[in-house]
Amino acid sequence: MNDFESPQSNSKIAADCIILIEAMHKWYGQFHVLKEINLTVKKGERFVICGPSGSGKSTLIRCINRLEEHQQGRIVVDGTELTDDLKNIESVRREVGMVFQHFNLFPHLSILENLALAPIWVRKMPRAEAEDIAMKYLERVKIPEQASKFPGQLSGGQQQRVAIARALCMNPKIMLFDEPTSALDPEMIKEVLDVMVELAEEGMTMLCVTHEMGFAKTVANQMIFMDEGQIVEQNEPEEFFTNPQSERTEQFLSQILTH
Amino acid sequence: MARSKDQQTFQRLADQPPPVMVVGMLGWLRANLFSSLSNTVLTIVAIYLLYLAIPPVIHWAFIAADWVGASREDCTGGGACWVFVLARLDQFIYGFYPEPQQWRVNLAFGLLIVLIVPLFIRSFPYKAWLGFFLLFAYPFIAFEMFTGGILGLPLVTTDQWGGLMLTLIISSVGMVASLPIGILLALGRRSEMPIVRAFSVAFIELWRGVPLITVLFMSSVMLPLFLPEGVTFDKLLRALIGITLFESAYMAEVVRGGLQAIPGGQYEAAKALGLNFWKSMSLIVLPQALKLVIPGIVNTLIALFKDTTLVIIIGLFDILGAVEAAIKDPSWLGYAVEGYVFAALIFWIFCYGMSRYSQALERKLNTGHNR
Repeated sequence: MNDFESPQSNSKIAADCIILIEAMHKWYGQFHVLKEINLTVKKGERFVICGPSGSGKSTLIRCINRLEEHQQGRIVVDGTELTDDLKNIESVRREVGMVFQHFNLFPHLSILENLALAPIWVRKMPRAEAEDIAMKYLERVKIPEQASKFPGQLSGGQQQRVAIARALCMNPKIMLFDEPTSALDPEMIKEVLDVMVELAEEGMTMLCVTHEMGFAKTVANQMIFMDEGQIVEQNEPEEFFTNPQSERTEQFLSQILTH
Repeated sequence: MARSKDQQTFQRLADQPPPVMVVGMLGWLRANLFSSLSNTVLTIVAIYLLYLAIPPVIHWAFIAADWVGASREDCTGGGACWVFVLARLDQFIYGFYPEPQQWRVNLAFGLLIVLIVPLFIRSFPYKAWLGFFLLFAYPFIAFEMFTGGILGLPLVTTDQWGGLMLTLIISSVGMVASLPIGILLALGRRSEMPIVRAFSVAFIELWRGVPLITVLFMSSVMLPLFLPEGVTFDKLLRALIGITLFESAYMAEVVRGGLQAIPGGQYEAAKALGLNFWKSMSLIVLPQALKLVIPGIVNTLIALFKDTTLVIIIGLFDILGAVEAAIKDPSWLGYAVEGYVFAALIFWIFCYGMSRYSQALERKLNTGHNR
């Protein structure tokens, strides 16, 4: 069933490799959620990860910024290996932006404060400069006029665009998207995907868990299909959609592409 | 072609005003007081009961009351004898604090008010500095002013403090100190570090499981037994520490309720941005959690304010203690009701003030995400 690529050798990490995951396993108590994950992401690559719910795809990308801990194997992000060391974890998180399914904006802060918070408190940037950067990214996601409002006053699509801008304000090297459009009304999905496509065109390294196959076809360099905690198939989108190697992938694709 | 079809299928209806009988004074009366036969009867009975109760109270407290005079001989009206309260007002407010020195108390509380007012002015630029000064410098200044013994001020020991002054000192120290300790205990109880968690749980359960009276008794009777010979520390200080630790256990549980209501996504988003534990707590989680539990916090603060009367059992005379002492004075026998009504009124004014302030704070902090 498993079409793993041959695991990379431990010693040499390619110079342009920004995420390296080797023989990684994760358990929730007794439950084995991720099994033998091997993954190499090069700078500027855009991965789309799909699979049925419960397949471990969200857990996988949450391991990359250590929102989830792995118990075996190794994860190296931008040259830093993720261990229990809090310093390493925090330095990785500074370079990895994340966008969540439920936006997770800070409801007690205005939009501008949401964006400027991390640059001020994590990057130690002067407030005025942080707010300039915040406005710049708000313009990029096309809602600068909402700067002084609070998250509760915005639509879902607007909130998710703010969440993307908030992550970008930290000037991350990698962006992780955890089902960014799953909680949105159909009318709002496009405005979020447009921002993400734009980001992809600028060469951002992206890992995206999503069911938006149209988006995947447009931006992905690599498709990953996961099931039951394993990477079942990894391939280029063209091959992946037209000629899936595994029967399970084929079955999954026929399910989501026909309805 | 498509456009005209669209206009046919979707007609936007104009907004209309609501029917007359559901709005305004008449609508309100109808909906709330006279909505059915039984409600109409209940309304009339309630009005009758109010008619029976309220006029006699007004008659006693105002119309037949005596306000001016110097002794019980001046109370001839048959109503309340407010002369008693006015004659003893000094004692109710300052306890046994010597009269020539009372200006020091007035000055210290006056200074407090002058310092607090700018905090409520929206455009005042130095709020952080002022708040810092109020929390960390003012208490020492006030303490020195109350005790004296420096700068040529005569010494007034803490056993001479009393009345409303003592009530306010105990309750404000208790409030200001118990909130931060309570927050730390609440965070500790949710910590992943087993020793920190065990300590917090043990502390909270221990202090919450004991009546405040017991805590005060122990602080005044038992604690000196454990201290080395010759070491004493002030009775008021011991009461303050006891009340603070007791109330912080309650505060911890209120704050923990707020922490539990914050969705995990908030913690995750803060972490994902690279904020460390203390920054994500102080910038993201606590501002939201504390806002959610403002009613609970104020509830605890009001309870604390009223609990300060218990210090009477260790021989400290707060406002209620001062009233009780005055009632027993042979020259004013028989005016207990006036004394208690006065004490109750003072407590009510402060508690209602706190309640109103908390409601205003909730409105001010509402950013519209609860809808």
